[in-house]
Amino acid sequence: MVDQVPLLQTQKLTKTFGSVHALAQVDFNLYAGEVHAVLGENGAGKSTLVKLITGVYHKDDGTILLDGQSIHPQNPHDAQSLGISAVYQEINLVPTLSVAENIYLGHQPTRFGFINMRRVNAQAKALLQTYNLDIDVTRTLSTYSVAIQQIVAIARGIDMSAKVLILDEPTASLDAAEVQMLFKVMRTLTAQGIAIILITHFLDQVYQIADRITVLRNGEKVGEQLVKDLPKRQLISLMLGREFAEIAAAGESVAPPISADAFVQARGLARKGMLQPFDLRIAKGEIVGLAGLLGSGRTEAAQLLFGIVHSDAGEVQVKGQRITLKSPRDAVRHGFALCPEDRKVEGIIPELTVRENIILALQAKQGWFDFLSTARQEAIAQEMITALRIVTPDSSKPVGELSGGNQQKVILARWLAAQPEFLILDEPTRGIDVGAHAEIINIIKRLCSEGLALLVISSELSEVVDYSNRVVVLRDRQKLTELTGDDINETTVMRAIAEK
Amino acid sequence: MRSRIFPLIVTFVVFVALYLIGFQRFPAFGTTRVIANFLTDKSFLGIAAVGMTFVIISGGIDLSVGSVIAFTGVLCALLIGELGMHPLAAFGIALVIGAAFGAAMGAVIHYFKIPAFIVTLAGMFLARGGAFVLSQESIPIEHPFFAQISDIYYVFPDRGRLTVIAVLFLIVLLVGILLAHYTRFGRNVYGLGGNSTAALLLGVPVGRTTIMVYMLSSLLATLAGVVYTLYTRSGYPRATIGLELDAIAAVVIGGTLLTGGVGYIAGTFIGVMIQGVIQTYINFDGTLNSWWTKIAIGMLLFFFIALQKFLTNYRGNFGLSRKRAVAPAGD
Amino acid sequence: MVDTKTAFEKAPAPRGFSVARLLRANRKLLFPLAAFLLILLGNWLISPNFFNVRLVEGRLLGSLVDIFNRGAPTVLLAIGMTLVIATKGIDLSVGAVIAICGAVAAVLISETELSPVVVIIISLGAGLLCGLWNGVLVAVFDIQPFIATLILMVVGRGIAQLITEGQIAVFNNPTLEFIGKGVVLGLPFPILLSAFVFILVLVFVRRTAIGLLIESVGSNDRASYYAGIDARAIKLLVYVISGLCAAVAGLIITADIKGADANNAGLWLELDAVLAVVIGGTLLSGGRFYLGLSVIGALIIQSIQTGIFVSGLPPTFNLIVQALVILAILFLQSDDFRRPFARLFQRLRRHS
Repeated sequence: MVDQVPLLQTQKLTKTFGSVHALAQVDFNLYAGEVHAVLGENGAGKSTLVKLITGVYHKDDGTILLDGQSIHPQNPHDAQSLGISAVYQEINLVPTLSVAENIYLGHQPTRFGFINMRRVNAQAKALLQTYNLDIDVTRTLSTYSVAIQQIVAIARGIDMSAKVLILDEPTASLDAAEVQMLFKVMRTLTAQGIAIILITHFLDQVYQIADRITVLRNGEKVGEQLVKDLPKRQLISLMLGREFAEIAAAGESVAPPISADAFVQARGLARKGMLQPFDLRIAKGEIVGLAGLLGSGRTEAAQLLFGIVHSDAGEVQVKGQRITLKSPRDAVRHGFALCPEDRKVEGIIPELTVRENIILALQAKQGWFDFLSTARQEAIAQEMITALRIVTPDSSKPVGELSGGNQQKVILARWLAAQPEFLILDEPTRGIDVGAHAEIINIIKRLCSEGLALLVISSELSEVVDYSNRVVVLRDRQKLTELTGDDINETTVMRAIAEK
Repeated sequence: MRSRIFPLIVTFVVFVALYLIGFQRFPAFGTTRVIANFLTDKSFLGIAAVGMTFVIISGGIDLSVGSVIAFTGVLCALLIGELGMHPLAAFGIALVIGAAFGAAMGAVIHYFKIPAFIVTLAGMFLARGGAFVLSQESIPIEHPFFAQISDIYYVFPDRGRLTVIAVLFLIVLLVGILLAHYTRFGRNVYGLGGNSTAALLLGVPVGRTTIMVYMLSSLLATLAGVVYTLYTRSGYPRATIGLELDAIAAVVIGGTLLTGGVGYIAGTFIGVMIQGVIQTYINFDGTLNSWWTKIAIGMLLFFFIALQKFLTNYRGNFGLSRKRAVAPAGD
Repeated sequence: MVDTKTAFEKAPAPRGFSVARLLRANRKLLFPLAAFLLILLGNWLISPNFFNVRLVEGRLLGSLVDIFNRGAPTVLLAIGMTLVIATKGIDLSVGAVIAICGAVAAVLISETELSPVVVIIISLGAGLLCGLWNGVLVAVFDIQPFIATLILMVVGRGIAQLITEGQIAVFNNPTLEFIGKGVVLGLPFPILLSAFVFILVLVFVRRTAIGLLIESVGSNDRASYYAGIDARAIKLLVYVISGLCAAVAGLIITADIKGADANNAGLWLELDAVLAVVIGGTLLSGGRFYLGLSVIGALIIQSIQTGIFVSGLPPTFNLIVQALVILAILFLQSDDFRRPFARLFQRLRRHS
């Protein structure tokens, strides 16, 4: 079914950022005419692999071979001229130009130096028809659905003589029918001998369309299998790095007394396209873990609970009282706090000092004129620096200059200083070193014993089953099940994620 | 329906409405004399506004155009008056200097990543300052060439005069439209303003295009300066203060999005003509303070900015704002 | 294992880093001050009696006093502009607001029986309204600041002209004139007024949480929103303050010439104000702001102009010199400009 010689091959491909191995010695083989899924959790190295192949990043070590020839793409343009095209989730086309112009921007057919618009349009129309897409190519790209925009991007890439097509999360914003339309296009292309690298977090789709799977974890390749040889359960255990059998020993969970009634409760909380109706109750002194693969709706649940995104159905109650959540300000007023997933964009204020970052939420809560004196700020900051063991020479260092783990602690400190009653932690241990990792887990447990209601989102299953009193499992933006007591162990969680 | 064109249609409707109001009150609005005068009186503004349209479509701004016009006027006046050059030679020198000036601004914007607003602001100071250093007074130009030029015109049946500078304006307009819509450079400008990251990935030479856009803008501003010189037969360092604002207003009223990527040179032409109609109306009226022109233009500007805001929010399908809220962060 | 890791993290980083940071912070402070002193020194070299200050009829006279006096309007605008720029905004309308507020004051004082104090309050109210208009466009309607304030920049002088009915509205009122021409304790009143506004705003933003929240919104508005800060109210506030500062500047300028010149009052001052803020080290990309250094920036601009004046050069060189100064400073602030030099420096250090 596939050729013996890979069309695209990487050998010992390595890339480090600072001290972090984004990709370590990865051998990747892509054969002509196949759809090859690259899977892994956040931070596994999927994007890094793609960016090295497309010339966005430059490798530190190893080789990339195309048709047996070593290649060194300097930039995406360069990669494209070698025959490697990539289409990303946030489609890299110009939304304000017409469909036809997007396909031919930069290489329009010209006559006497002037663009022959009629030919541009006719060619674009003919090209898209080969993808069974019969649309008005003179219309602005942004007026079409994401699925069509994606096919336009693919058509452009292929038209520029692609041998390798990389699709990065192509189905993330598509509905079921659109997904099938895209798959049809992909099958047509592989039939022509084009090789497709597919990056996605929809495992069902992988089993529908892919021929081969490579699994990455923590920058390393942990498996390469034909799809037919790799049952889903085994795939998930590869992705998460846990054996199904291994579990029994792990689940020793703390079980502090749980106050009878819930502090915060969500009923049917939902938003179209983000989260199916979702129920949740968390009491004080209780940790609820939110498990599920990337894209399962974990972060969306947190955003709805914190008023960042407005729900279009359902309600949130605090101590039995219905509350409105129009903004994070509202959430904070009710004693909520959120340490967001994307630390750099949503968490830290890079220019402000550690001290200012720590007191920020408290100050915002107190208003403009009830200003915390410098002495008081310093006292709070020092308390937090000691309590959370934040490593910084002093409290006046800009927080942007700290390490990732310490930034995470500063954001945690910011919310603890505001004395919340309900704390949401979205991936609190991602991208931080081992020492800080263990400390943060300890802090989570301590906070719980101090009577906070906690909701923790994490991709680290071992972590979740360790500290959670209950685990809510999400898949495909839907709550699947809720595990309690002895049912909380990695096997049950993985089984819940893997099976219907 | 093509929502891109909608602002342009609104602009055209506004123009027709204003024109009809003028015509109903002052029947002279219907004569070619008034219409040809629109073209002549607004020619330098129009030429500069064509350049401004390119800059704004590319996602930038050029605050230096008014100063460049004044500098050109003073420079030409000196070259002709003091050095005895032929006006055409003087114009040629001015155009070369203007193009180099714009290219330099574009290079600074692109290579040093300094906001266009600030760079062209410095350019505005430089050009105006240069004009003042050359002369502090208005310099009249006496040269037979000027009389010859102003003697060339086409007379309409009802004695309206289509002057050389009006024709020059129309030519610039046509070339601008061709350049914008039918050349790779033009489409690259649109791509750059629509999404510069995507444009780069699609192979648009971003640096070269940026430099050329500002070069074009300054070149056209210099040409506007030449026209202004022909029009006033003098060079004056205080000339056309704030003209960049009128040009920006014309571009925005003409339906070009200030966020870049969408716009029409033809719309800018209507935007300039709207200003001509308002000004002519206020002149004809005689009792209205001439500053009503500015206020009317400002109000139109506000109206069109509000319209743009409404359209982009309402359409919401530029695809980029939605992404953050829905998608989990990639690794 | 946990401890060794933390200890390891602790060990190498700190010392050199904090010293470097201290240097950098100080350099940031020193740069505008040093530039100011250098320019003053240059002025002194050009005209040796530059620093002479004489007391004539209870009034201090001299170039130095003149710089502070003439610079007062720019100083005022720079104060408001600093806060606006700190939130990633810009206020292009301040020159036009000066014209409006000056016109309001001049027309009311000369054509009505209102007491000067009421006139001043109304004029300040006009400035507040202008600021509110800008603020609503930026904060509520989410229009880019540059464009939002452009509207008032275009319309403002027209409005001022309408108020004065196209005339230069002259008036004769000692109380109002005092704002521009008065002398207290030997010092021209504009100096004291601008110092007063400076201290007022400084206390208002630094003795409350407002300054911190402005910096937070300017540095990362998304994270600020997540932290529960009302970014909208903060943005509204800075434009209102900017409008008020422009109104005070308008009163000074109007009082100084005993009339309101709708065409020329405050012309280009918005650009001087932006320049002053940038010289003072506040970045156009928002975040940290330095009110005091913005004031120094405004005084630098004024001392360049005064220097050109005392040097005998025609004042026409003002603009060119200003443009060159702005470019020099922007180049120094641009990472992309500095990077090649930084790389060279590193290479040299590695070799030695």
